[in-house]
Amino acid sequence: MAQATIEPAAIELIGINKSFGAVRANRDINLEIARGTIHGIVGENGAGKSTLMSILYGFYQADSGEIRVGGKPASIKTPNDAIALGIGMVHQHFMLVDNFTVLENIILGAESDALLKRSIAKARSELDRLEREYGLEVEPDAIIEELPVGLQQRVEILKALYRGAEILILDEPTGVLTPAEADHLFRILRQLKDQGKTVVLITHKLREIMAITDTVSVMRQGTMVATRETAKTTVEELAELMVGRRVLLRVEKGEAEAGGVKLAVKNLTVRDSRGVTMVDDISFDIRAGEIVGIAGVAGNGQSELLEAISGIRHAVSGSVMLDGKPIDLTGKADPGELRDRGLAHVPEDRHHVGLVLAFEENENSILGYHDDPRYLKGPFLNVDAIMADARDKIEKYDIRPGNPRLKTANFSGGNQQKIVLAREIEQDPGVLIVGQPTRGVDVGAIEFIHKRLIAMRDQGKAVLVVSVELDEIRSLSDRILVMFAGRIVGERGPEATEGELGLLMAGVEQEAAA
Amino acid sequence: MDIFNAIIQVLDSTIRLSVPLLLACLAGLYSERAGIFDIGLEGKMLVGAFAGAAAASVFHSAFIGLGMAILISVAFAMVHGFASITHRGNQIVSGVAINFVAAGSTIILGQAWFQQGGRTPALQPGERFEAIIWPGADAARQVPIIGPIYAELISGHSILVYFAFAMVPFTWWVLYRTRFGLRLRAVGENPAAVDTAGISVAWLRYRALMCTGILTGVAGAYLSMVQNGGFVKDMTAGKGYIALAALIFAKWKPVNAMFACLLFGFLDAASIRLQGTPLPIVGKVSVQFMQALPYILTVILLAGFIGKAIPPRAGGVPYVKER
Amino acid sequence: MSTPYAKLPAWADYGLIPLINLSVAFIVAGFVVLLVGENPFRAAVILVEGAFGKGTGIAFTLFYATTFIFTGLSVAVAAHCGLFNIGTEGQAYIAGLGIAIVCLSFDSTLPWWLTFPLAIVASALVGALWALIPAYLQAKRGSHIVITTIMFNFIAASIMVYLLVGPLKPAGSQAPQTRNFLAGAELPKLNWIIELFGAKIRSAPLNICFLLALAMAFLVWLLIWRTRLGYEMRTYGHSPKAARYAGISETRIIITAMMISGALAGMMALNPVMGDQHNVAIDFVSGAGFVGIAVALMGRLHPVGIVLAAILFGMLYQGGAELAFEMPAISRDMIVIIQGLVILFAGALEHMFRPYIQALFASFSPRSVGMEAVKGKGA
Repeated sequence: MAQATIEPAAIELIGINKSFGAVRANRDINLEIARGTIHGIVGENGAGKSTLMSILYGFYQADSGEIRVGGKPASIKTPNDAIALGIGMVHQHFMLVDNFTVLENIILGAESDALLKRSIAKARSELDRLEREYGLEVEPDAIIEELPVGLQQRVEILKALYRGAEILILDEPTGVLTPAEADHLFRILRQLKDQGKTVVLITHKLREIMAITDTVSVMRQGTMVATRETAKTTVEELAELMVGRRVLLRVEKGEAEAGGVKLAVKNLTVRDSRGVTMVDDISFDIRAGEIVGIAGVAGNGQSELLEAISGIRHAVSGSVMLDGKPIDLTGKADPGELRDRGLAHVPEDRHHVGLVLAFEENENSILGYHDDPRYLKGPFLNVDAIMADARDKIEKYDIRPGNPRLKTANFSGGNQQKIVLAREIEQDPGVLIVGQPTRGVDVGAIEFIHKRLIAMRDQGKAVLVVSVELDEIRSLSDRILVMFAGRIVGERGPEATEGELGLLMAGVEQEAAA
Repeated sequence: MDIFNAIIQVLDSTIRLSVPLLLACLAGLYSERAGIFDIGLEGKMLVGAFAGAAAASVFHSAFIGLGMAILISVAFAMVHGFASITHRGNQIVSGVAINFVAAGSTIILGQAWFQQGGRTPALQPGERFEAIIWPGADAARQVPIIGPIYAELISGHSILVYFAFAMVPFTWWVLYRTRFGLRLRAVGENPAAVDTAGISVAWLRYRALMCTGILTGVAGAYLSMVQNGGFVKDMTAGKGYIALAALIFAKWKPVNAMFACLLFGFLDAASIRLQGTPLPIVGKVSVQFMQALPYILTVILLAGFIGKAIPPRAGGVPYVKER
Repeated sequence: MSTPYAKLPAWADYGLIPLINLSVAFIVAGFVVLLVGENPFRAAVILVEGAFGKGTGIAFTLFYATTFIFTGLSVAVAAHCGLFNIGTEGQAYIAGLGIAIVCLSFDSTLPWWLTFPLAIVASALVGALWALIPAYLQAKRGSHIVITTIMFNFIAASIMVYLLVGPLKPAGSQAPQTRNFLAGAELPKLNWIIELFGAKIRSAPLNICFLLALAMAFLVWLLIWRTRLGYEMRTYGHSPKAARYAGISETRIIITAMMISGALAGMMALNPVMGDQHNVAIDFVSGAGFVGIAVALMGRLHPVGIVLAAILFGMLYQGGAELAFEMPAISRDMIVIIQGLVILFAGALEHMFRPYIQALFASFSPRSVGMEAVKGKGA
C-alpha cells in the first residue's frame, strides 16, 4: 500500500490523562514525535512535562490514553517495559550510584552475565564503540562522584544507549551544566540524531529549543497547547504560548511611595551541597514602601537566595544591611537573629519549613517567635496568650476552620499559607520576604494574600516576593528583578510585558547581550 | 617455649571466639550493604543456636540441626524484611523487636520441650560438629614453631570454623565480582538508580536479608553445636552487638570484617587468659576493660577520630518511589 | 509525604489502631502458649488474677510499673526530639553508681528523706552525663545515636561489673554487689495505700518511687507540651528544617533532650536499688530499659499512655511470675516475647492494618474518612 512509505512515528501519545489526587497533571495529551528528530517540550514548572515523560518511561501509569511506539500500541508498566521498547531516559537528578565506576553504573540492571567480569568486558568494548560513534568520551574506570556533572550526565546517556535506546528522553538536561558543557551536550544530541535516534528534550529554556530542536511542543497547566516546527516559530511566540494570556488578577494598589533603603543584599554567593554555585554574586536593594519581585523559572537560584537572606542556609560570601546595620550571612548566620532584627520570612516550603504539620494551629502561629516574652511565662508557654493570639489571627486573616486546636495538616493549602502569613505579618517586621506566596493556594485566598502584601507596602515596609508565577510578580511588584542561572539578568518596571520578561527568564536576552 | 605455647593457645581461642562474630558480622554486611540496618543479628543468632541444638538433639544429626538453625534464622530475617521493606517500618524498632521475641521464645520453647531450665539436652557425638584433624597434625606437633601452629591453629577446628573463614573471600567475591553483589551494593547506595534500571528494590533487599539469615543461622549453630554442646539461654550474650560494632569498625568491607572480628576475638581471648595476671609495663589490666574495648574503639571510630566510617548511603531509609 | 495515609477520626487513630496492634501482639503470643501445649485463655486468666487478684499482686504490679514509667518516659522524651535512645538500659545501670555513692556515704548519718533527694540528683546526673557523650557525638559529628547508645550500654555494663566485683564489693563478700544499705537509704513502702482498700499485703517492694514516677510523668507532660524547651524539642523532632527556620540550635536541642532522657533513665535505678534490694547488684536493671521502648511505643509517647502501658507491663511481669508457678511450661520469659511482639506490631508494623481500617471506614461512610470528619469535630 501507499502508506508503507510513510514511516510510523517513533512515539505517539493519544489522549493521555493523569491525576495526582485533585491535581490534574496531564489532561488529554496528544503528541506525535517523528523518528530521527529532536523534539522539544517546553513549559513552565508544573506544566506537566515531567509527568508525561515519566508515564512514557513506565514510572507512572496513565489514568487513560494510549501510547504507541513505532506505530504499535505499547503497554508500558515498568521502566523495564520502556527499556525493552528502546526508550531510555536521562533523569533530571541522575540515577547513578556515586561510589561506583562508570562501567559499573552502565551495566547495573543490564548485566549480560551473572559474573561481573564478562559483563564488564562486554560493556567495555561496547562503550568503546559508543564513544567512537557519538563522541561520548568518558573514562570507564572513573568513580562517578569524582567526575564533573557534565560527564556524569554523559554516563546517563551512555547507560541508555547501552540498553539499546532508540528514543532518548532528557529531562532538563542543561539545568546543571555550564554553557560550554551544554554546547557539548547539544553536539552529542545532533550526533545521535544523525545516527537515526529520536531525542525528546524537556526544558524551560527557549534558547536551547531554538538551537537544537526540529519540532517543539508547548505545555501549559497540564495541557498541550501547541506544536510547531522550530524553524517556523520564534522565541517570542513560544514565550507567549508558554506563559499564556492569563487573566491578570490585578490588585488595586496605589503608587509606591518608596523611602530609604531597608534591606541591602551585598555580593551574595551561595553554593548547594554539591558545590554548584546557585547564587552568583548578587547585590540589590529594597526600599521602604516598595515591593520588589524576583521572577524566574524555578531552579535558577531563587530558593537559595531566600534561604541565605533569611539565615537558613549559609552563604559562601555576602551580607545584608538591615536598617543600615550589616549582618554577615556566612558561617554563623542565624534565622533567629535576623528575625529579631525585624526580618520576617514566609518560606517557599510551608509543609516542611514554614509549618510543622503535626502541630496544632496555635502552635504554628508562634513558630520562630516562641521565645517572644509575650508567649512565655518564664520557661513555660503562656498557653492562654498563645491561644488568644491565635484566635485573633484566625479572625483577622479569616483562617478556616477557625479552630486553633486543629492539627495544621487538616487545613487547606490556602489556610495553611494564611497561618504563616499571619504569623509573620503580625510581628510587624520592617522587612518581609516571601517565597511563592500563593503556591497551592485556592483562588479566593490568592486575592486576600496579595492585598495583605500590598497593605504591608503601604505601611512603609520593604517586601521581597519571589515567585515562579509571572502574573503574580507583575501584579504585585513595583520593581521586577529577573533571575537566571544564579544571577540577576535584568530589572524592569511593573509595566514590562510577559514576552519581555519571558525572554529574560529564558536567558535569551543575556545570551544576546553577552 | 612457655610463652610461645601461651601465645598459641591465646591465638587458638582467638580463632574460636572470632568465628561467631565473623559469621554475624558478614551476615550484617549483606543486609546493611543493601540498605537495611539490622540490630537484630543478636536475636537471629540466638534462634539459630536454639533451633540448631534442638533439632540436632531430636533428630540425632548435626546437619539437620544446622539446616534448622538456618531455616529459623532466615524466617526471622524475613519478619524483619516484612516490617522494614514491605511495610516501611522503622528498621531499628523492628530489629529490637526481633531480639526480644528471640530471647523470650528460645527460653519458653526450650523449657516446654526439654524441661531443663531453658537448656537443650547435651549434644551427643554425631549431633555436634567435631573437630577436623588435618593429616599429619599430631606428628607435626613435634616440629618447633611451625608444628604447633599447624596442629593448633590450622588443624583441629570444626567445619563451621573453616566455613566462616571461607565466607570472607566468598563474600568479597559475591560483593565485587557478581551481578548480585553489584546490585546489592547499588541498592544500599541509591535504590532509585536500581529502580530506574528496572530491578525490584524490594526483592533485592529480601534476598540480601536471606543471606543475612543464613549466616546468622550458621553463627548460632556454631555457638550451640560447636562451642558449647547444647543451647543455653541467652548464649549469644551480646555477640550480635559486637558483630555490629565490628561491621562498623570494618567500614562494611568483608576482609576488614575478618580483621575486626579477629581483633575483637583476640581481646576476648586475652581477657580470659590474662585474668589476674599482671602484664609488663601496664600492670594488671581489668577483664572488663578488655571486654569493653571493642565498644570503646567503635565509638571512637564513629566519632571520626580514626578514619571515617561512612555507612551505605541509603541505610535505614525505607525506599519510597519519588513523586 | 509526611502523611502517606489518609486521615481517620482521632479516636480510630489514637484508640482503635493501637488496640488492634496490641491485640494482634497478644494473639500471636497466645499461639506461642498454644505451641507450648497450654491453654492461652487460662493463661490470660491466671496472669490477670496474679497481677490484680490480691493486694500483694497489685503492689508488685505497681512496683514493676514504677520502673517502666521511668524508662518509658526516658525513651519518649528522646523520641519527641526525633532521637532513638536505645541506651536507657545503660544510663539506668550506670546511674546505680551515683546512687551507690550517695547511699554508701550517707546511709548511716542521714535519714531517708535527706538521702533520697540526694540520690535522685545523683542518679539523674549520672544518667544524664552518660547520655551526653552519644548526644554530643550525634550533634557535632553525626555519629548515629542508635549505635553509640548501644555501645554505651555495653561500656556501662563493663564499668559496673568492674566496680561491683572490685572496689564496691565489701571485703570478704563473694556476691558481686555493694554492701546492704542501712536504714538511712531505705525508702518507705507504699503498701499501706493498697491496704486502705482492705487488701492484705505480705511483703511487697512498692515504695515511694511510684509517686516520684507519677510526678515525673506529670513533669514530662509539662515539659513536652507546656514549656518552650518542649516546644523546641517537638519542632525539631517533627521537622529539623522547621527547627532551623525557627532559629532552634540543633546541637543544643539534641544534647538537652538526650540529657533529660538520660536523667529519667537514671532515676529508674532508685526504684529497685533503694526501694527493694537495698544494694547495687550486678545487672539490677535486667532489661527494664528495653521494656521502656515497648512502653513508650505503646503509650504513643504520651505520659498518660506511658503510665497505662507501664502498668500493663507491670501486670505482665507480676502475673507472669504467677503464671510460671501455675503453668510450669511457661516461665516469666513469656513477657519478653510479648514485649517483642508489642514492639513489632505497635512499632515497626504500626501502619500495617491502617489501610484496611481506612477501607472499612470508607465503606461505612465515605465522608468519615478525610477532611469532613475532622471539620465536623472541630466545629
